[in-house]
Amino acid sequence: MTTKLFGEPVQRREDPRLLAGHGRYLDDLGSGALAVAFVRSPHAHARIRDIDVAPALDVDGLVAIYTWEDLPERVGRPLPLLIPHPALTHGRTAYPLARDVVRHVGEPVVMVVATDRYLAEDVCALIEVDYEPLKAVVGLEEAAHGAALVHDDVPGNVGAHLVQEVLSAAGRGAAEAIEAAPHTLAFRLDIERSASTPLEGRGVYARWDGTDLRVYSSTQTSTSVRMAIAAALGLPLPHVEVIAPDVGGGFGVKIVHPWPEEILVPWAAMLLGRELKWTEDRREHFIAAAHERGQVQHVRVGFDDDGRVLGLDVTILHDHGAYTPYGIIVPIITATQLLGPYRIGAYRVEFSAVYTNTVQVTPYRGAGRPQGVFCMERTMDKIARYLGKDRTQVREVNFIQPDEFPYDQGMIFQDGRPLIYDSGDYPRMLRMVKELIGWDDFRPAPGRGIGIGCYVEGTGVGPYEGGHVQITSDGRVHVSTGLTSQGQGHETVFAQIAADRLGVPIERVSVVTGDTRRFGYAVGTFASRAAVMSGNAIALACAKVREKALRIAGDALEADPADLTISEGLVHVAGSPSASIPLSTVAVLANPLRYAFDEETAKATQFAGTASPDRPPVAEGEEPGLEGRGYYSPIRSTFAAGMHAAIVETDPLTAEIKVVRYVVVHDCGKLINPMIVEGQIHGGVAQGIGGALYERMAYDADGQLQNASFMDFLMPYATEVPRIETGHLETPSPLNPLGIKGAGEAGVIPVSAVIASALEDAEGIEIDRMPISPSELFDLRGG
Amino acid sequence: MKPPPFEYHGPRDLGEALETLAAVGAHGKVLAGGQSLIPMLNMRLAAPAHLVDINRLAALAVVRETPAGVTVGALARHSEVARCGAHPLLAQALRLVAHPVIRNRGTVVGSLVHADPAAELPAVLAVLDGSVRLASVGGDGVPTDSVRRDGVQKDGVPRGGVRRDGVQRDGVPRDGGGGVVALPAGTAVRDVPAREFFTGPMESAARPGELAVSAHFPALGARTGTAFREVARRHGDYALAGVCAVVRLDEDLHIDAARVACIGVGPVPVVVDVSGVCERRPAVSVDWPAVAAAVRERTDPEGDVHASPVYRLHLVGVLAEQALREAAREAAA
Repeated sequence: MTTKLFGEPVQRREDPRLLAGHGRYLDDLGSGALAVAFVRSPHAHARIRDIDVAPALDVDGLVAIYTWEDLPERVGRPLPLLIPHPALTHGRTAYPLARDVVRHVGEPVVMVVATDRYLAEDVCALIEVDYEPLKAVVGLEEAAHGAALVHDDVPGNVGAHLVQEVLSAAGRGAAEAIEAAPHTLAFRLDIERSASTPLEGRGVYARWDGTDLRVYSSTQTSTSVRMAIAAALGLPLPHVEVIAPDVGGGFGVKIVHPWPEEILVPWAAMLLGRELKWTEDRREHFIAAAHERGQVQHVRVGFDDDGRVLGLDVTILHDHGAYTPYGIIVPIITATQLLGPYRIGAYRVEFSAVYTNTVQVTPYRGAGRPQGVFCMERTMDKIARYLGKDRTQVREVNFIQPDEFPYDQGMIFQDGRPLIYDSGDYPRMLRMVKELIGWDDFRPAPGRGIGIGCYVEGTGVGPYEGGHVQITSDGRVHVSTGLTSQGQGHETVFAQIAADRLGVPIERVSVVTGDTRRFGYAVGTFASRAAVMSGNAIALACAKVREKALRIAGDALEADPADLTISEGLVHVAGSPSASIPLSTVAVLANPLRYAFDEETAKATQFAGTASPDRPPVAEGEEPGLEGRGYYSPIRSTFAAGMHAAIVETDPLTAEIKVVRYVVVHDCGKLINPMIVEGQIHGGVAQGIGGALYERMAYDADGQLQNASFMDFLMPYATEVPRIETGHLETPSPLNPLGIKGAGEAGVIPVSAVIASALEDAEGIEIDRMPISPSELFDLRGG
Repeated sequence: MKPPPFEYHGPRDLGEALETLAAVGAHGKVLAGGQSLIPMLNMRLAAPAHLVDINRLAALAVVRETPAGVTVGALARHSEVARCGAHPLLAQALRLVAHPVIRNRGTVVGSLVHADPAAELPAVLAVLDGSVRLASVGGDGVPTDSVRRDGVQKDGVPRGGVRRDGVQRDGVPRDGGGGVVALPAGTAVRDVPAREFFTGPMESAARPGELAVSAHFPALGARTGTAFREVARRHGDYALAGVCAVVRLDEDLHIDAARVACIGVGPVPVVVDVSGVCERRPAVSVDWPAVAAAVRERTDPEGDVHASPVYRLHLVGVLAEQALREAAREAAA
C-alpha cells in the first residue's frame, strides 16, 4: 500500500533547494539585462514644477530617462483600482510615474535605464526635480481634521465610509442595547503601522522578442499581473507570459498589482528592444511599497453581570496612506472579523478610511484582523477587569457554541458574501489553550503576567483556483496550479495531495506554481487560501485523472474499474496485486501515437496491437493523454480559529519586556501537513511579536519615514521570538472536499492582543496601544 | 542602494597605504571591516572620492598583550580580539557588539574611528583612558594601486608598485610607545588619548591622511573589576543606553576608585568618575541612588524613535549602579 501522506509531517521538499542557495529569485535572473532605477520623491506632498535631466545626460552607460510625459496615454493612466466597493466613494490610485503632484515620500517620479544599477543610481542622483512643497497630512487625527487635503478633490480626506449594523435578537440596535445594558465601558485603542517587509523585495524582469513578452515578477499573483500588463500595453493575452520565480516572502505586499514598475519595466523593454530588470532595494521597499495596521478605534460596549456583551459599537479611523489601489479590504476585514468567536448582542461598526501623505496601505499578513482582534480582546479583558472575573470566563460566556454552526454573524464579509462561520469548537479550544499554558495554576506576581487572545479568521476566499495534473509515460506526475508560492511549502502539500489521491510515491510528483505558461487561470496567493483553493482543485483534478486511469487500466486488465485501486504507481485489482499495470503504461495507452520515441511509446503506436481496430483511437468525448483539470470555487469562505496565550515578564527597573512562554491552539480543519502548519504559525507569531513589541513606521510631521532601514525598523530576530508551543484542534470544514481551512495568517492575528493582555496582568496598568516599547512602558508606569 | 562612484585603492603594505591616504587627503576614507562604511556608501550617506582598503595589510591584524595593557592592530576583527580574551572589559564589551557575522568582519579600531556615540568600544577606551595611534606621512605622492570598483585596474600600474622614497617595503619595526605595528621609517605618529580622540557623534581626532594603526587598552591594576551593562531593543543592536564600569578596591575591599563610561546618552562616551560619591565604602553600603544621580547629572541624552530622553536618563542611572556593583563584585573575587 502507498504510505498515507495526507495529514503527515512530510519534510518540505523545497528546502534542500532553498536552503542550499539553489533558489532562483528574481535578481538571480537576467544577468545581462539593463538596470532600472527610479528617482523618487523626497517630499511627502509637493507639486512638481520642473524636471531637468540635462545634468545626467553625460553619464557613460545611460540608456534612457522617462518621465510621465514620455508615457503613451494607455501606460500613463492612473493604476487600476483593483477592488471597487460602493463605500469607496473617493478611491484614488497613483500614476505609474508622478504626473504633477507627489503624495508620499518614495513615489516614483523619473525612470532611468542604464547598463548597470550603479550607473542608473548615479544618473538618478544627477536629475534635478524642482518641487513646490505642499502641506503634508500625516497621522490619523490630522487627516480626519481635514484642514489640509491629500487629494484636492477628496473632501475631508475621506476615501471611504462604511457602516454595518447587526441588530440584537430582540431587534435592538447597538446604541440602544448599550444604553439598556447593566454596565457600559468606553475607551480608545491605537495600533501603529507596520509592514510585510519580506526578505526579498519586489522586482520585475522583462524580455520582448518582437512578438511575445515574457515578464518575471516577484509577485503573489502572476495571472493577474499578466492581465494587467496586457491591458496597459495593449497586447493580446496569449502574447504575454508572466512567471513568479522563487519568491522570498510576500506577506501581502506582493498581492498588490500592477505595481508601477510592473507596467513600466515591460513597456520600456518593448520600446528599447532590450531586456530590462528592476530589483527593489530595502529603502525603496520601506518608502515605495505598502504598509498596514494603523488604526484608531473608539469603542463602547454594554454588558451584563456575567460579562455577556449585549451591545458593541466601534468607530474606526483607518489610515489608508496616499492611495487605495486594493480598495478597502483591510478595514472591511477589521470590521467583520472583530467579532471573533463571539455572539454579540447587537453590533454596529463604522469606519472611515482616510488619506494621508504616507505610503499606501494594503493587506499585510492578518490583513486588518490583528486590529479587530485587538479591539475585541481588549474589550473582553476590560469587561473582566470591571467585573472582577477571570478573563477566560468572560470569553466563555460569549462563545458561539459548537451546535450553533453554521453560524451567521449577519454581516457581509470581504468576499461580498454573508459572514457565516462553517464549523468550530471554541469552548474546547479554550480548554486546550488553558491546559497548555497552565492558566488555572498561574500565580500572578509583580512583573509577571499571563494573557490570552482568541480569533476567528475567514480563510480560503474565492472566487476560484484550478489545478492541472498530468501523468506522463515515465510514470511521473506533474501538478500545476496558477497561484504563486512565497516559501509556504506548496511544493510539499500539493504533492502530498496528489500522491495520496493518485496512489503514487511522492518522489514522482512535481509541482509548479505561478507560471502562466503552465496554468493560466488563477486568482493569487492571499487570505490564507492556497491550501483550501488550489489544494481542493488539485484533488478534483486528481479524481479525474484517477477515474480515467482506472478506466483505461480496466480495459487493459479486462477488469471492472470499480474493482481497481492504485498503489505505488501500479493499477491493480484490489486484493490481487498480481494483475497490475503501471500508471506509466496507462499514460502510454491514453495517448495513441503514430510515432515511437522509445520502448514505452512504441506500445501506443498503431501497429502495436493494443487498440481495437473497430473504434476511433480517441473515443468520442475523450481527450488524449492521462491528465485532468479541476477547479474549486467555494460558495463562501471557511473560518479557521485559534487561541493564543502567553506569559510575560517585565523588568522593574529597565521596563524591558520578555515573553517567557507562548502557546497556540489552532484549528484549520483537516491538517494536510502538521509540520508545515506549525511552521506557518511560528512565522506568524514572530511577525506578531514584531507588531506587539518592536515594529512601527515612525513618520515625522513632514511625512519623512524616520526608520526606513532594518537598523531602525526593528523586525525581531530569532533571539526576540519565544519558543512556541502548539496544539491542534481539527473541526473539518463542511464546505470543501478535503475539509480544510487556511493557516497562512493565523499566527500573527492575536499576538498584539495576547501581549497586551499579559502586560496588563503583569503591570496592573491598562495597555491600549500597540506596539509597546520599554520606553513607553516606563512612561506608562509614570516615569 | 549602490554607492556613488569612488576610486578604489588596495595598498599592499603600510607604507603604500599611508602614502595613498596622504595623496587623497580629505577625499579618502579607510575601508577596514566595512560594517558601517559600506552601508553608508550604499545609502549614499557617505561619498568619498577614494576608498583605501587596508584589508591586505596583514601586519595590522595583531593583538598584543603586555603588562601595560592590550594593543589591538587596525585589522584585528572583533571576533579575533574576543577569542584571545586579551582584556576583560574588552571581552565583556565585545559580547554586546552586534552579531557573529558582523564581529567576524568588523574591527575594533574601525569601531573606535567610526565613533558612534552608542557603540561599546569607544566607551571601553574612554573608561580605561586608552589611546589610539595615528600614523601618517607627509607629501602628496601618487597612489600606485588605483582599481575601479568593478575590479578593473585603472592605470595598469602593478599592485604594490615601486615606492617613491625607496624605503624597504616591509619597513622597520618601531618599538616606541608599545607599538605592535611596524611602521615605515619617516612615518609621523601620534598617540591620542581617548578623552581627546572622540570629538563628536561619528567624529574622531583622526585627520585626513592619517591611519589609525592601533589602539591601546591599558591593563587593570590589582583588585580591579569591570562590567558592561546595556539595554538594547534587540539582541546585538546599538544600545539605548549602556554603561561600562571599572572599580578598584583597596585592601579592605572598600571602593578606592570607580569610573564609568556611558553610551547612547551624549555625543561621545561620557566618562564619570564616581570615586568620591562612593566614599571609600564597601559596595554594599555605597549610597547607590547618589551614584546614579551623579551619573545622570553628567549625561544629556536625546530622544529618538526608540526611546525618550527621560527613559534614557533613567536607564543610565540604573545601568551605572548595576555595572558598578558587578565590577566591584568582580574586583573582590
